[in-house]
Amino acid sequence: MTGPFRTTSGGWVRRDKPVSFQFDARSMSGLEGDTLASALLANGVSLMGRSFKYHRPRGVLSAGVEEPNALVGVGEGARFEPNTRATDLFLYPELNARSQNAWPSLGVDFGAVNQLLAPFIPAGFYYKTFLGPPRLWKVYEHFIRAAAGLGKPPHLADIDVYERRAAFCDVLVVGAGPAGLSAALASARSGARVVLTELDACLGGSLLGDPALIDGKPERDWINEVAAELTALGVRILTRATAFGFYDHGLVHIAERVVEPGEPPGADGLTQRRWSLRAAQVILAQGAIERPLPFANNDRPGVMLSGAVRTYLHRYGVACGSRVVIAACHDDAYRTGMALAQAGVNIVALLDSRDAADVSSDLSGRAGARFPVYANAKLLSAEGGAKGLARLKAQVGGRIETFEADLAAVSGGFTPSVHLHMQAGGALDWDEARGVFTPGTGRQGQVSVGACNGEEGLASVLAQGWRAGVAASAKAGFTRNPGAPPTSDEDRAIGAVQGFTPPPGADLKKTFIDPQNDVTMFDIDLAWREGYRSVEHLKRYTTLGMATDQGKTSNLLGLARLAHHENRSAPEVGLTTFRPPFTPTTLGVWAGEDTGFDVNLLRRLPLYDVHAAYDPPWQPVGYWRRARAYLRPGETLAQAGLREARMVRTTVGVVDVSTLGKFEVSGPDAATFLEKICATSVSRLAVGRGRYTFMLREDGLVNDDGTVWRTGENRFLLTSSTGGADRMAHLMSYVRNVLHPELRVGVANVQEHYAAIAVAGPRSRAVIGRAVSGVDLPRHMSLAQGMMADTPVLVLAASYSGERAFEIYVKSDAAVQVWSALAHAAAQEGGGLYGLEALEILRIEKGHVETGGEIDGRTSAHDLRLEKMLNPRGGYLGAAGQGREAFADPDRLQFVGLESLSGPIPEGSMLVSRPGAPAQGHVTGSGVRTLSEGFIALGLLRGGRLRSGEVFVASSPTRGVHATVRVCEPHFHDLDGERYRD
Amino acid sequence: MMLILCPYCGPRALPEFSFDRPVEAITRSDADTATLVKTLFERDNPRGPSRELWRHTYGCRSWLTLTRDTATHEISDIRPLGGEA
Repeated sequence: MTGPFRTTSGGWVRRDKPVSFQFDARSMSGLEGDTLASALLANGVSLMGRSFKYHRPRGVLSAGVEEPNALVGVGEGARFEPNTRATDLFLYPELNARSQNAWPSLGVDFGAVNQLLAPFIPAGFYYKTFLGPPRLWKVYEHFIRAAAGLGKPPHLADIDVYERRAAFCDVLVVGAGPAGLSAALASARSGARVVLTELDACLGGSLLGDPALIDGKPERDWINEVAAELTALGVRILTRATAFGFYDHGLVHIAERVVEPGEPPGADGLTQRRWSLRAAQVILAQGAIERPLPFANNDRPGVMLSGAVRTYLHRYGVACGSRVVIAACHDDAYRTGMALAQAGVNIVALLDSRDAADVSSDLSGRAGARFPVYANAKLLSAEGGAKGLARLKAQVGGRIETFEADLAAVSGGFTPSVHLHMQAGGALDWDEARGVFTPGTGRQGQVSVGACNGEEGLASVLAQGWRAGVAASAKAGFTRNPGAPPTSDEDRAIGAVQGFTPPPGADLKKTFIDPQNDVTMFDIDLAWREGYRSVEHLKRYTTLGMATDQGKTSNLLGLARLAHHENRSAPEVGLTTFRPPFTPTTLGVWAGEDTGFDVNLLRRLPLYDVHAAYDPPWQPVGYWRRARAYLRPGETLAQAGLREARMVRTTVGVVDVSTLGKFEVSGPDAATFLEKICATSVSRLAVGRGRYTFMLREDGLVNDDGTVWRTGENRFLLTSSTGGADRMAHLMSYVRNVLHPELRVGVANVQEHYAAIAVAGPRSRAVIGRAVSGVDLPRHMSLAQGMMADTPVLVLAASYSGERAFEIYVKSDAAVQVWSALAHAAAQEGGGLYGLEALEILRIEKGHVETGGEIDGRTSAHDLRLEKMLNPRGGYLGAAGQGREAFADPDRLQFVGLESLSGPIPEGSMLVSRPGAPAQGHVTGSGVRTLSEGFIALGLLRGGRLRSGEVFVASSPTRGVHATVRVCEPHFHDLDGERYRD
Repeated sequence: MMLILCPYCGPRALPEFSFDRPVEAITRSDADTATLVKTLFERDNPRGPSRELWRHTYGCRSWLTLTRDTATHEISDIRPLGGEA
C-alpha cells in the first residue's frame, strides 16, 4: 500500500518497489521514483510545513525546485540538512524528514499566534524597529532572533566527502527536457564534445508530466532512445546535477548530488560533486516556472500549480485531490482538466480569466463537454486550514460563486527560467501580452531554447533545440550532418494573458506573493506607499524573493504590482539582479576537500620535523608554521615565552627564522637596482658588510623591512619579512621588468632554498665558535663563510633580539644537521631553543618595528622614526610619494613606546583619554620587561613622536580590560646597542 | 572566473594571474610628487575597454598587457609587455 491517493497504474514510479520512510516520526510508504512530496500526497498528507513569519499551515505548491512551501529537514545527526524542498528530494529507504517552523507539532502550532500579530509585523518591520529608542531594540532583537531563519542549522560537523572536478567541453546543454535533448542530440551528431546536465533524477523535463508522441513514438521510448544514442556518442550525461552558476568566459558550476540529501553515502563517503565546467558554447534549456495566482488565502494547503497537479498525476500516479477547481489565464490549464477528468477526478469548475471570445471554441467545447467551464472568472479566496481546503470563492462575470473543492489547481502563466542567461550577462525582452521576460542577446554567446526562451508547443521546442545544437557545434568547429530533427504533432501556443491582478474585493492582506517569506500584496502596496519605488529597495524592504527559493514563483508578481502602482511597464521598473546559485547549495559543495587540516595547504620548512618532535603550539605564518615556544612540563605558553626570552638575555638561544623572505640579487647593475628597491643607501656597502634596510611602496608608505648584505662586488642578499616576501617578489619583478628593463640584474627568490637559524645572547660567540670552523667570527653587520657540521654556511652578524647575535644560512637539505650542532652547542653554553613568543617579547623590548604590526600599510618612514636612514640621494621607489601633503599632517599615527602604570597592557587595545572616549591610537604589540619588572608595549599614537610623558588608558572594551599607560620612547633595552656592537 | 590566453602558456584560469594596474598608472621611478599623484591616483575608472598590466605570477611569471572590458570581462587583446601593437 503506497497511499490512498495513488492511481492504479502508469507514471514513472516503480509500483513494484515500495520504499518506507518517515515524516514527523510517522512511518509511511512510497514508491521508488517518488519525491518526498509525491509520496506524502499519495498518503493524503497535504500539510507539510508552517510559514516563516506567521506560521500559517502550508502544503506543497509545485513539483520542482521552485517550491516555496514544502521545506523539510532531512537526515540524521551530522547528515542533517535543513530547508530541503520535498519536491526535490527523491525517496530512499528509511528517509527521515521533519517539518519546519512548527512547535509543538505541525497540526497544533503555537507560533501561529503570530498571525494575530500580523498587523504589527508588516513590511519593513525589522527596519522600523531601528527608529524607536535603542532600549526597545533590545526587546525586539530577542523576538526577531528567535523567529529568524527557516530551518535549524545542523550542529554537528559534516562527516561526508565532497569532491570537485574540472572539465571542458565544446557544447554544454543545461536541461534535458525536449529542447535540451534535441539540442544535445544535434550537437553530438555533429561531432562536438557535449555535456548534458539535468537537475532531475531522470531525463525528460516537461515530458515527464506531459505525455506526447515524438517521431510517432511515446515520449518515454523517445527519451530512452535519445539517451542511449547520446551515451553511444560519448556525451557525458549528468543527472541530479544542477547548473547553479554561470560565470565568466564560459565557466558553469554544477552541483551533482551523488546521494540524496540526508542519505548515507556509499563506501567512498561521497555525497556531492561540484563540476567547474568550461564550455565553448552553452545552450540553456532550463524550462519555465509556473506562477501562482493572486487571491486571498492562496497559500493554503490544497492550492497547487496546475502543471504540478498534472505532473503528480502523470509522473507519480498521484491524484492531488478529488474535487478540483482549476483557475488560470491560458489554455494549458485545460490540459490539466482533461488529464484529471481522464483519471476520473471530479472537476468542479475551470475558471478562465479570459473572455469567452478569446478562447478557441474547439478547446472550450471539448472541455465543456467534460466539466463546467467559466469565462471571465477569477478566484477571490480560499477557505480551509491545516486540514485542507473546504471551498473556494470566485468572481464569475460580476457574480460571486462558491465552489466546494479540496484542490485548487491554479496558473498565472509560465515564467521562462532566465537565471543562468542573466548571470552570464544577458539582456531581456519583455512580452507584454503574456507578461513575461524572455532572453535577449547573450553576452557570452549563450543561447536559450524551449520554454526558457518563451517557446510554446512541443514541435517548435524540439525544432528550436535542434537548430541551436547544430549552430553551437558549428561555432565550435563541428559540421558533420546531424540528420533530421525530431518532430511532433503537438504544437500549440497556449494563448496566455497576464494573470497578475487579483479580482476586486480580494483581501490583499491574505493574498500571498512570496509565501516563503510571508510577503503579501498588502506588504508590496504598503512599501510603495512608504516611498519604495525602486525594485531593489522594495525587495529589501519587504524581503520579497529573498528566501531560499529566491522568489522563483513570486518575483514577477511583485514586480508587476510595483509597475501597476508606478504606472510604468515592467521593463521600466526593472528586475532585481540574478545571482548564483540558482538553487541553494550546501557549504560542503563549495569547500570540497578543503576542510580541517586541508583548508590551507601546509608547506613544511626543512626544520619542520625537528620542531614537531617537541609538539609545540604552532603559529601559522604565511604558508608555514612556526613553533611559538618549547614548553616544559606544567608551563603555560606565556611562562615558556618569558623563560626563553630571559634565557636569550642571560645566556644564549637558538631560533629557526627560515620563513624570512630571501632574495639573491646579482649582476653588474645589482647595486643600482637595490638603490631603487631599498629606501636606505646600498651602493656604498662594502663587500662582506650588511645593514638594516626598509622598502617603500610607490605611494611613499613603508612596505616591508629586512637586511641587505653585499656577498660579492655584484652580488647581494636581501631579506624581507615572512608575510612581505610575496609582495616584495612581485615588486622587484615590476621594477626589474616594467620600470627598468635596461638594468643588467637578476633576482632569484631563494626563500625556501636556504634555512636560516639565529643564535642570540651573550654566549652566542661561544656557540658559534664551538659549531663553526675555518672562519674568524664576523663583527656586527658583517658576514663570513665557514663550515659547520661538514656543510658550508654563511654567518651573518645581525641582531633582532638586542643581544649579540648571528644568523646562519645553510642550504635547506643540510639544515637539520646544522640545527643539531647549534642546539647542542647552545645547550653546552647553558642556553637552549626559543620560539616566536620569546622573539616577540625581545623585539618589543628592543623596540624594533614589525611588518603587520607597526608597518601596517599606513605608516611612513617618519612615523616609524626611520627617516634618518632614508637615502639622501633619493632615487628609490616611493621617494616622490613621501612628498604628498598628508605626510606632513602632525596628527599622523606615529610609533611610540608605552609603559604600564598598572597591569598588563591588553593586546590590540585602543589608546583613549578615558574609557569611552575616541581612540587616539592603538597598541601594536604588548610585552614585559625581561630582566626587571613591568609591562611595556609598542603602539601607534596620533602625533605620538611629540607626546612622550602623556598618560592614556589602553582600553579593550570588548574584553573589559584596561591599563593605564605612559607614552615613552620605543626602546626599553640597551639604548645604545652596547650589548652587540664591537 | 576569467580564462586568460597567456601568449606563452595558452588559456589559463584567473587564479594563476595577478592584476597589477592599468597601464596608464605605470609611473616612472623619477617622477615628481605631482606627476606620481596624478598617474597613481587621479585616474579614470572606465566602464568599457581598459588597458591593463598583468603578470602570470603562478605560471611563466611573464608581464602581460591586455585590453579588458571592465563591464563584461571580454579580453580583446593580450600580449607580452613591450610587444608590438
